[in-house]
Amino acid sequence: MIGALSALWPSRRIPLAWLLLSRQPGRLLVALAGISFAGILMFLQLGFRDGLFDASVILHKRFDADLVLLSPRTMSSIAMAGFPRRRLVQVMADPAVAGTTPVHWTMLLWRNPQTRTTRSILALGFDPGDPLFSDSDLASKANVLSQHGRVLFDELSRPEFGPVASWFRQGRTIETEVAGKRVRVGGLVALGPSFGADGNLLTSSETFLTLVPNNPAGSIELGLIRLRPGEAAEAVAKRLRAQLPNDVTIYTKQGFADFEQDYWRSSTAIGFIFSLGTAMGFVVGCVIVYQILHSDVSDHLPEYATLMAMGYPLPQLLGVVAREGLLLALMGYLPSWLAAQALYGLIRDATKLPVAMDNQRGLLVFAMILAMCLGSALMAMRKLGDADPAEIF
Amino acid sequence: MPTRLRSSEPNPSVSPPPPHQPLPDPAKAAGSAASVAITQLSHWYGQGVNQRQVLDQVNLSIQPGEVVLLTGPSGCGKTTLLTLVGALRQVMEGSVRLFGQELNGATRRQRQLRRRQIGMIFQGHNLLRCLSAEQNVQMGADLLPNLGYRARRDLAREWLRAVGLEDHLNKLPHDLSGGQKQRVAIARALAAEPRLLLADEPTAALDSRTGREVVELLRGLARNQGCSVLMVTHDPRILDLADRLVQMEDGRLMEDGRLLQAALAVASSGSVG
Repeated sequence: MIGALSALWPSRRIPLAWLLLSRQPGRLLVALAGISFAGILMFLQLGFRDGLFDASVILHKRFDADLVLLSPRTMSSIAMAGFPRRRLVQVMADPAVAGTTPVHWTMLLWRNPQTRTTRSILALGFDPGDPLFSDSDLASKANVLSQHGRVLFDELSRPEFGPVASWFRQGRTIETEVAGKRVRVGGLVALGPSFGADGNLLTSSETFLTLVPNNPAGSIELGLIRLRPGEAAEAVAKRLRAQLPNDVTIYTKQGFADFEQDYWRSSTAIGFIFSLGTAMGFVVGCVIVYQILHSDVSDHLPEYATLMAMGYPLPQLLGVVAREGLLLALMGYLPSWLAAQALYGLIRDATKLPVAMDNQRGLLVFAMILAMCLGSALMAMRKLGDADPAEIF
Repeated sequence: MPTRLRSSEPNPSVSPPPPHQPLPDPAKAAGSAASVAITQLSHWYGQGVNQRQVLDQVNLSIQPGEVVLLTGPSGCGKTTLLTLVGALRQVMEGSVRLFGQELNGATRRQRQLRRRQIGMIFQGHNLLRCLSAEQNVQMGADLLPNLGYRARRDLAREWLRAVGLEDHLNKLPHDLSGGQKQRVAIARALAAEPRLLLADEPTAALDSRTGREVVELLRGLARNQGCSVLMVTHDPRILDLADRLVQMEDGRLMEDGRLLQAALAVASSGSVG
């Protein structure tokens, strides 16, 4: 094995960078712990940030729609304004439109059936015969909503809403109050909480109007528009914008999600806070790696000077320090990646936020760790300039 | 023990002194085939009023395979001479020719390349603590061009065998005795196939018997290679191993046959006692 290796790689040298690191296992462990810690910090901050932004559009991504109608006064999913339902009927006139779904959308108070405390929940009202989500399993469950006073409860809602899901699975009848009116849980759906809503429930338009009796007649908050296959959503949106009065705005489905995320990005400090947290992780990592590499170079300065006296050129010795940085980056990244996987699982369980490892974030954090280690190596190299071979005799 | 004589030296003038009448030049006499030819070499440390002359028109030449021992009180400029010959310091005034090539005015890069032809052995062994004996020696062999990894490793093992450490290939310097460390340092210096060996008090950290053994070994191996040796030493017990003995005082060299005789006498009485 080693013989084959040396035949394949005749210019191989003593792996000085690796030996310098590995012959001081204590210091190496400290360095790796520091780099991994910085990596985990960056993974967590970026994961929270992306998870929160992703969570804010969980519903938006599931709607069965190519275009959506909104009121121009709507700012975000927690402040949905109404617009006349007949605009959606007007849209049907366009030959590209295959179908529409009017949706009521508001926050209501849900009474926890166990503790009797109330909490704000996002309620969507739609006609059970209309498609709402692109995944099909809702259609069968929606039948139950044709009975008055029935709701579908989001089993991924935060636990503060009560043990609805487990009671339902035990076959118990769950009756509770929404907005002061009695409702019965007719089934479970899996959606997930977001920034604005800790939980979700679906109901029929009819029940919705009972729960919200002062809803203006003929007013809805969201209109879903489905196009015939082959129609370009952006082109149809442009045409409809020209036709419809300015009491509605039109977004593509992706534009709707972007609109929601932009709200949270621009009107809250979340993006800033978590980006700052990531930067802190980066700086902490830099300090640790620089400290380790600097003391490593200082401790071995006479040895570096000896090598220079033997005739080794300075660039070759700088390469040793650079390789030390590279090795630290590789060895520190792996544990941070593994730990982040585990922590993401914990976060998902605890917060129900859709936090998961993706390749883009994995690469980003690796690039940051690499920059951290090589940058610190570059700084530590300046110390090598102090190695004067004339001083070692 | 040599006494410190530097204080007797009068303060040199601020500027370098004007060149004296040239002394008889041993380098010229030896011809251009010499490994080392030093002529009229002077060196100063410091600036302005603090300037201090450490070498004063030194002339010395060393023939291939010759073992020259340099003695003298501490602070007399021996180590400075060694660093200048070793291309570790820029030559200020005078000429140092290594294998026919002038060091005065050489660039940093030229000096670095020149150092590959010079083996150095230090007072402290200066081994790399994180490398095994074999790897330390291979750091020397790695300087040889056009040799594959295995050839360089085999070379390193051969040299360790030559210094009698074939059973300690994988030991770290930490686990070796002082004499063993110095042997590894010798093997490392010789593995780069130098044409000149510079040694600065290689026996200082060793007991007298080990010291003498190490220097005998060094001399034998260097001679086999046709490698010249310039060794600074205070150790009177090894003076008889020299082909030539040179004494330095106050930055000047004195070559004295009687000195060698006296040293031999001390050495023989020392080794008996």
